[in-house]
Amino acid sequence: MLSIILLSIFGIVVLFLGFQKSKNILLPATLLCIAIAFAANFVHWNDAPGLYFKEMLFENRLTMSFSAIVLLSAFLVVALTRGFADDEAAQPAEYYAIILFSLVGAIMMIGFDNLIMLFLGVEILSVSMYVLTGSDKRNLRSNEAALKYFLMGAFATGIMLFGIALLYGATGSFNLTDIRGYVGTNSFSISTLLYVGLLLVLIGMLFKVSAAPFHFWTPDVYDGAPTVFTAFMSTIVKTAGFAAIYRLLSGSFEGIYNFWWFTLAAITILTLVVGNITAVYQQSFKRMMAYSSISHAGYLLLSLTAMTAQTPDAIVFYSLAYSLATVSAFGVLMAVAREKSVQSHENAEDFEAFNGLGKRNPLLAFVLTVSMLSLAGIPLTAGFWGKFFIFGTIVERGNLIWMLIVAILMSAVGIYYYFKVIIATYMKDGETGALRVPPFYRIVLIVSTTLTLLFGLIPKLLS
Amino acid sequence: MLTLLLILIPVLSALAVLITKNNSAKQVAMVGTLFELGLAVAVFISFEPNATQQFGFSYPWIASAGIMFAGGIDGISLLLVMLTAFLTPLIVLSTFRQPYKNASTFYALILFMQAALMGVFTAADAFLFYLFFEAALIPIYFLAAVWGGENRIKVTFKFFVYTIFGSLFMLVALVYLYFQTAGLSATVPHSSAITALYKVGLDAQKQGWIFWAFFVAFAIKMPIFPFHTWQPDTYTESPTPATMLLAGIMLKMGVYGVLRFLLPIAPLGMEAWSTTAIVLSVVGIVYGSIIAIQQRDIKRLVAYSSFAHVGLMAAGVFSQTLNGVQGALIQMIAHGINVVGLFFVIEIIFSRTKSRNIEQLGGITQRTPQLTVYFMILLLGSVALPLTNGFVGEFLLLSGVYEFNKWLGTVAGLTIILGAVYMLRLFQKAMFGGKSSLTEHFADLSLSERAVLLPLAIMVFWIGLYPNSFLKLTEPAVNNLLQMVHY
Repeated sequence: MLSIILLSIFGIVVLFLGFQKSKNILLPATLLCIAIAFAANFVHWNDAPGLYFKEMLFENRLTMSFSAIVLLSAFLVVALTRGFADDEAAQPAEYYAIILFSLVGAIMMIGFDNLIMLFLGVEILSVSMYVLTGSDKRNLRSNEAALKYFLMGAFATGIMLFGIALLYGATGSFNLTDIRGYVGTNSFSISTLLYVGLLLVLIGMLFKVSAAPFHFWTPDVYDGAPTVFTAFMSTIVKTAGFAAIYRLLSGSFEGIYNFWWFTLAAITILTLVVGNITAVYQQSFKRMMAYSSISHAGYLLLSLTAMTAQTPDAIVFYSLAYSLATVSAFGVLMAVAREKSVQSHENAEDFEAFNGLGKRNPLLAFVLTVSMLSLAGIPLTAGFWGKFFIFGTIVERGNLIWMLIVAILMSAVGIYYYFKVIIATYMKDGETGALRVPPFYRIVLIVSTTLTLLFGLIPKLLS
Repeated sequence: MLTLLLILIPVLSALAVLITKNNSAKQVAMVGTLFELGLAVAVFISFEPNATQQFGFSYPWIASAGIMFAGGIDGISLLLVMLTAFLTPLIVLSTFRQPYKNASTFYALILFMQAALMGVFTAADAFLFYLFFEAALIPIYFLAAVWGGENRIKVTFKFFVYTIFGSLFMLVALVYLYFQTAGLSATVPHSSAITALYKVGLDAQKQGWIFWAFFVAFAIKMPIFPFHTWQPDTYTESPTPATMLLAGIMLKMGVYGVLRFLLPIAPLGMEAWSTTAIVLSVVGIVYGSIIAIQQRDIKRLVAYSSFAHVGLMAAGVFSQTLNGVQGALIQMIAHGINVVGLFFVIEIIFSRTKSRNIEQLGGITQRTPQLTVYFMILLLGSVALPLTNGFVGEFLLLSGVYEFNKWLGTVAGLTIILGAVYMLRLFQKAMFGGKSSLTEHFADLSLSERAVLLPLAIMVFWIGLYPNSFLKLTEPAVNNLLQMVHY
């Protein structure tokens, strides 16, 4: 819990650092803050589990792992914001502070023990995201995306809050343990309010992780937001969102699995199909990544639907593999698009941007390839083990093999669009001339790629 | 320990090649593959001809789930390990006259491929097997897609998606079987050792499902009719070294998978479906041969012949007879040798005439006594003339299939006649006849080319004259396998 307190304080400190003339200190300061929070996250590793703040927040090794993934991704993404302060109109201090605050929200979502905390966490994270999406102030698409995200997001949060109210009406408590107790003792006379409430809360949460049919905002927002915040959104929000859904379902509602599994199964299948099939038709890399993030939400939901003892491990591993690969992919896109937008003002985020990258910069090409292979779930990358563990939970559940067949078909579709990127990188000719990559980028990309390959070879490194 | 070295040395040589300059990459690669061959020969010599698994290694990988990083060599593995170790240096040597751009990456990929193949043939853990089975695809995909011919992007992409899709079914089958296994201890509930999978013993209906999940994966890899549509295009478009890897070694991964997984794990499934599988294989033999007869592109012709030959190997394995399985093993080696030789001869012809069209060639024999002799030896091996390696394999295979079903055996026997038709037609049109403008100045073999073809020719006769030196090594393992099938 130390990390929440620290991050809140750091956020304010960074905000005040903005008054300094030199903006160069902001990035290292923010990175340092996240690193300290990362270390602080593990302080209670040995005396977990524990409840904090009058049973408002909960912490065990699982929540710490999720928080660690969130903080690691945040560290990598923030390192990619180098060069961000160069823009005259940008207000970097505010953005860095908002990033730190949003992490507080994410960690609250991961470890909530009280539905109020869930709501607070979701709101802190979402409001920060609305602001960051619109941070490219003069770009019309960025503004449009922010407004769209805000309107839709506010709706979803409203629905979720309504659900929480209904759950309170049914059980008389916001506390997860109390709700679990209610479900356990009244298993034959559960109030209808509880069922409706659960569904409404789930809808709100599924909106945040962009599961179909609540995904319509995703492509526009991902496309419009500055790329670095797209990376932030697709890693941190997703990880925190899935941690929260897992915590909600496993913490309180395991007793009524028979009620919610089918709803979740239907949404899972829809998400897998919509995400993968639509991704095939995209011309813009960012939009493709948006749909691919929807499809990955589908795989994670697959494991939640199974809800076996292995589910938490599977989700942790998958989130980590997905986050690392996504950070690399967006990092490469930023490095390529930076160069390109200087030369011309055409849309620099299509697949064509990667043409000939294999010749222009072998390192970037390799990073992008590993990241695509990992997202596609090809062995020797972390993504393979992620899919492996997810599929394992489904097989363990036994009667859901039919879902697995759909997932496999969709994985094959996934290979199609990820390989479009690899083909552009190595087999199409594009611009010539070496591409220079700033050292900060290089370090981030090497770190995330090394981790992807390392977890691909030795998956047991985790836990 | 030796087994682990067999996997690690290609990886290390690949890394070494990656950091060397482009113009000396091939020499480094050559040294690495020769070293690997030496190691494989050491294994071959010290191998005890019994059914046990030897030179094993085992390290915890995901220990709490009973998944081990384990491997070893039994008679069946040994032959394929030898084949891989023997062919890879020749494949590297075959490229010596041909400059490839980004040579260090090119040779590194070949070596990574070798490592993955070694892993596939020696893995003793089902998930490790799967990992290598898929990992082998990545280097071969890039070899074919970056250095290939005009249509390479579309063709290799189809190949990649096709094979991955098939393998995913195998993954499901493996995960499913894994959850049925008994664990080693109370804390480790399951085990993914291949031997643990053998003991699962499902009922007939479930074995039917398992059969099909495995069958699709391996049938795409081999390929068996009607899963073959990726194969001729991919073989034709790939650069010749990649084609050699694909046809010479990688195709055997499918046959090996059937032997290692399908037969012992799903014997009841085999009982129900083996006739279907053999019928498909036999259809492939006839279909592939007939199409081969009509080809003009000589590379494509050999690609279809390879498709026909693997059909016979598959039929032999699915017949579950000692002759069929032994024949498939020896034929895997023989076919690997012959097809690599044939593709190399085609590459020699293509590099000098810039044509693979059978109609534009002709009259090559007049200036090239050496090439003619080697080509003839490889070709006769391929059409299964007695005293050559192909004869031993096809004879055993056909007798195995005949034992299973007379009619299928008879139809499969057409392969010998049809094979002679397309191969001799190839030789006649390309080598004999009048000279064309393209073949006028055809130079005979260079030293490095002879160095590739001579070992291949020696092996053609060695296996043809004394097959027992290989058969006796595999027999205990095959008997052991068949006992599991007919328990």
